[in-house]
Amino acid sequence: MSVLSVRDLRTYFHTDDGEARAVDGVSFDLADGEILALVGESGCGKSVTSLSILGLISTPPGEIMTGSSVQFGGRELLEASEDEMCQVRGGQIAMIFQEPMTSLNPVMRVGEQISEAIRAHSDDGRASVRTRVLELLERVGISDADSRYSAYPHQLSGGMRQRVMIAMALSCKPAVLIADEPTTALDVTIQAQILELLRGLREEIGMAILFVTHDLGVVAEMADRVAVMYAGRIVEEAPVADLFQRPRHPYTEGLLRAVPDPTAPGRLMSIPGAVPSPIERTSGCRFAPRCPHVWQRCHATEPPLAADGPTAVRCWLVEEPERRQDS
Amino acid sequence: MKPGLKWYLSAGLLLALGVWRRARVADTVVSGDVAGWIALATLVFGVAACAALGVRARLAPPAAIGHSWWEIGLRQFKLHRSAVLGLQILLLLSLATLLTPLLSPFDPNAIDPVAGRLLTPSWIHLMGTDHLGRDVLSRVLYGGRISLSIGFLSILIAVTLGVVVGATAGYLGGWVDGLLMRIVDLFLSFPRLILLLTIVAVFPPSVFLIVAVLGLTGWMGVARLVRGQVLSLREREYIQAARALGFRSRRIMARHILPNVLTPVIVAATLGIGNAILAEAALSFLGLGVAPPTASWGNVISDGSRFMVDGWWITSFPGLAVVLTVMSFNLVGDGLRDALDPRHSA
Repeated sequence: MSVLSVRDLRTYFHTDDGEARAVDGVSFDLADGEILALVGESGCGKSVTSLSILGLISTPPGEIMTGSSVQFGGRELLEASEDEMCQVRGGQIAMIFQEPMTSLNPVMRVGEQISEAIRAHSDDGRASVRTRVLELLERVGISDADSRYSAYPHQLSGGMRQRVMIAMALSCKPAVLIADEPTTALDVTIQAQILELLRGLREEIGMAILFVTHDLGVVAEMADRVAVMYAGRIVEEAPVADLFQRPRHPYTEGLLRAVPDPTAPGRLMSIPGAVPSPIERTSGCRFAPRCPHVWQRCHATEPPLAADGPTAVRCWLVEEPERRQDS
Repeated sequence: MKPGLKWYLSAGLLLALGVWRRARVADTVVSGDVAGWIALATLVFGVAACAALGVRARLAPPAAIGHSWWEIGLRQFKLHRSAVLGLQILLLLSLATLLTPLLSPFDPNAIDPVAGRLLTPSWIHLMGTDHLGRDVLSRVLYGGRISLSIGFLSILIAVTLGVVVGATAGYLGGWVDGLLMRIVDLFLSFPRLILLLTIVAVFPPSVFLIVAVLGLTGWMGVARLVRGQVLSLREREYIQAARALGFRSRRIMARHILPNVLTPVIVAATLGIGNAILAEAALSFLGLGVAPPTASWGNVISDGSRFMVDGWWITSFPGLAVVLTVMSFNLVGDGLRDALDPRHSA
């Protein structure tokens, strides 16, 4: 059963240069306890998607267009009042961010910040909140929780701070955790520890994770399912093993080729060209200008997201596989 | 020096003052004069606090090194020698202001136009007397009470108003921001002194009027400062993180934004007090400030300005007091800025 279901989400930004379609018709389902990775290059709309789910897009300049829908446990979040959203945020859907260095208030002790997160959603007394904070700190792997409770963020390392962020996000046992590049700013060994921690917590709390990242290595390690985004749209969706073994969309292929392979040294592959600006509107496939297999049809009309069992691809090659050009 | 000795000495000095002026202490208890009671309370509290600090300095081991922003800031501030000196001068001045009814040698308004006129400084009149035979030292002490109070109170009003306006504009943004900032521009486009002169000329002069006018014309700088800070803080990741945790706007404002705005505001307020004191002195000098015979520094200078040749001491000592005070506030303000600005402390 899906706990979070996003349908035709379109988040546009009204800028001086025109309408920027940051997210343009994104749909996906997040099943109970599942880890879905949302993958794509910078600027493809991953972060805007996650902020839209929580209603954290500032309007203006942003606008979530009518016809979009975010269903959470049967409720339509896009129609919820700000008061209701405050209950959902942190209470049922929590989020952690990319930069642990700047995601904590520099003038508050970390213990107080976690207590604040708990007290925003419960009426527990001071003493029980403190016990809970200490439990959380220990659970996220912070030793010496008692003294860390009264530490300031600048006294902690990046990894420690990200653990504190996770403790805050998990303080109310949310049903969904949105992790927006939670390990990008950390070094590799810490990264592995944080991923391990998140996996363990998923089992324990039974929450679903929407894992936003551009790092395919992390995806392979974490995700059950992957949705690849390009220029505001999902171009491919597949179970993780499937995606890595048989990428169907040329963009996914390109992404996978761009991952350095230590067994085959040499020039790193890259995808020629650049992501189109979200303000330009083209009628055809958005990847067409960079696609090696492109033909007229791609420029004329955009392919639909064609589902095939657990996988889905937005590419005309599905209908005309003979057009694939071997490189 | 032995630890705690300076505190014991201070307590002793305060006690000695009480014993020396025991007649006035008794008078105050009988008459119930408010300023007198404030002085007595300061005396009792001062002795107790100095004694307690002395005992603590002798008994307690040196405190562990703290890491809060304030503790780091305090350590940085202590490294700033001129700022520490400024702070010490200000503490002394404030103490003198509070203790004025006990300290001042004479009644500041008692006149002696025949025998006591324009006396040069001597052991009896440490700062001499003015053209009406009033003791200048007493007038400087009482005047300091008025001048410093006006400085503090008007800045309190200015900062409160500035923080409210700036925070509202910065956090709400949109048309509210536009409207409030245009009001700020409007206020800023009035020449302050002329505005002050006009208002003061229309209403009967009083200390409250001066405080209100200085407060109401001094908030725009703080408002702009706070707005700018809030605008930049609002986009910080930890504010977004706080919103993602479901905190309400009011809580985010009070707990996450305002505490981070506080540092520049404190610096601005410290520097602002000096300006307010100068503005009050200017107004009083022009005869539009505190109504005579009440002493304020500006008043005393104004009185003496006609006797610069025969009685240099009438203008010099209150002038020195103004300079010393404003300079100390500026030193402390600079020190605070260096100590609390995160770009300066590692």
